[in-house]
Amino acid sequence: MISKKVANVQEALKGVSDNMTFMFGGFGLSGIPENAIAELVKLNVKGLRCISNNAGVDDFGLGLLLQGKQIDKMTSSYVGENDEFERQMLSGELEVELIPQGTLAERCRAAQAGFPAIYTPAGYGTEVAEGKETREFDGKMYVLEHAFKADFAFVKAWKGDAAGNLIFKGTARNFNPNMCGAAKITVVEVEELVPVGTLDPNQIHIPGIFVKRIFQGERYEKRIEQRTVRQRD
Amino acid sequence: MLDKNGIAKRIAKEVQDGYYVNLGIGIPTLVANYVRDDIEVEFQSENGVLGMGPFPFEGEEDADIINAGKQTITTLPGASFFDSAMSFSMIRGQHVDLTILGAMEVSEDGDIANWKIPGKMVKGMGGAMDLVASAENIIVAMMHTNRAGASKLLKQCSLPLTGVACVKKVVTNLAVMEVTPKGFKLLERAPGVTVEDIQNATEGTLIIDGDIPEMEL
Repeated sequence: MISKKVANVQEALKGVSDNMTFMFGGFGLSGIPENAIAELVKLNVKGLRCISNNAGVDDFGLGLLLQGKQIDKMTSSYVGENDEFERQMLSGELEVELIPQGTLAERCRAAQAGFPAIYTPAGYGTEVAEGKETREFDGKMYVLEHAFKADFAFVKAWKGDAAGNLIFKGTARNFNPNMCGAAKITVVEVEELVPVGTLDPNQIHIPGIFVKRIFQGERYEKRIEQRTVRQRD
Repeated sequence: MLDKNGIAKRIAKEVQDGYYVNLGIGIPTLVANYVRDDIEVEFQSENGVLGMGPFPFEGEEDADIINAGKQTITTLPGASFFDSAMSFSMIRGQHVDLTILGAMEVSEDGDIANWKIPGKMVKGMGGAMDLVASAENIIVAMMHTNRAGASKLLKQCSLPLTGVACVKKVVTNLAVMEVTPKGFKLLERAPGVTVEDIQNATEGTLIIDGDIPEMEL
């Protein structure tokens, strides 16, 4: 067994520095790498280019990095829940590239799978396709979108083992599996690091080969963005 | 004239047995409340769940189980979770039978604008561009006019587009229309609404062919 286990978040983030490009798993605040984000705030690395579907809220998730003005550029599909984000974007402090959600996922997957680019119909005929190569296949138009290039991917899984095998839970899965192995270094934090051999190989979502470092995360807040409930009869 | 729930109720009639359906945020979400209970339908949410159920009971919310609107949800028996790439494989690969979404503007060519108002609202497109670029069957749920009374059914969209020539049907508070190569073909009137009312509220070409029935809800 090749071990990917590191002792803590400090060791897991060794090598991060200013002006790097990072990927962050998560949809809204669900399935975000809370420990890695907190450590990046402490390290106070600046000039970051971040790839993440959303940008957190003002006081949680990537919003924490925005507060410290650590991010220079965001590549996201939806950023509507964050006032500080909007302020930095409108003032020009923050560069923002908005791309379709499926394109974001597939640009991660392309990087993971060794494809330099993919053709997608999403965004054809809109401003998203401006300046990009387009091509017709069987009478329908497609846009060429390139694989992401990133230095680190920060991923959150539910359970994992020292071999780097991962299992995700619910919709906290989202972009996390697609980012594994899509950057030079994939750092995974798990809620539960279990002994090697206890995870059923049939049930693994991401094999350890895609993971460089894995550690047991701490103190997950798992904040709910929109608490919606129904009444009992 | 219909309210938002009325629009949702009318759209629910378009949902057929065996359909996988993706519902957008807003009026489309309400459609789930009105689907006949004698048919089998599964709702897909693009953040990674198929077989979405109702909101959880108080105290049973799970931060790891949400819909595309980031609301806490439950799942029904037979549900599945998957990653974002697989979710959009379902969408782009045309495995989802029906997409229902909101719009700020729709053009008579079937173009749709619903993600950006330059200088005012720049939140992003989320999954909307993937959905409209691929879905064979797209129904738009919207109000016929904006708050100032101006038509949202136009010859040409004025806002940045989400997709081109993709909308098949539009259901508004006033009418049901099909998007045809010649323009919006009026199919049904909302209760108490005249053809003239609809014509006055529609800037794009409106095709009125014979008697237009009042919709049944």
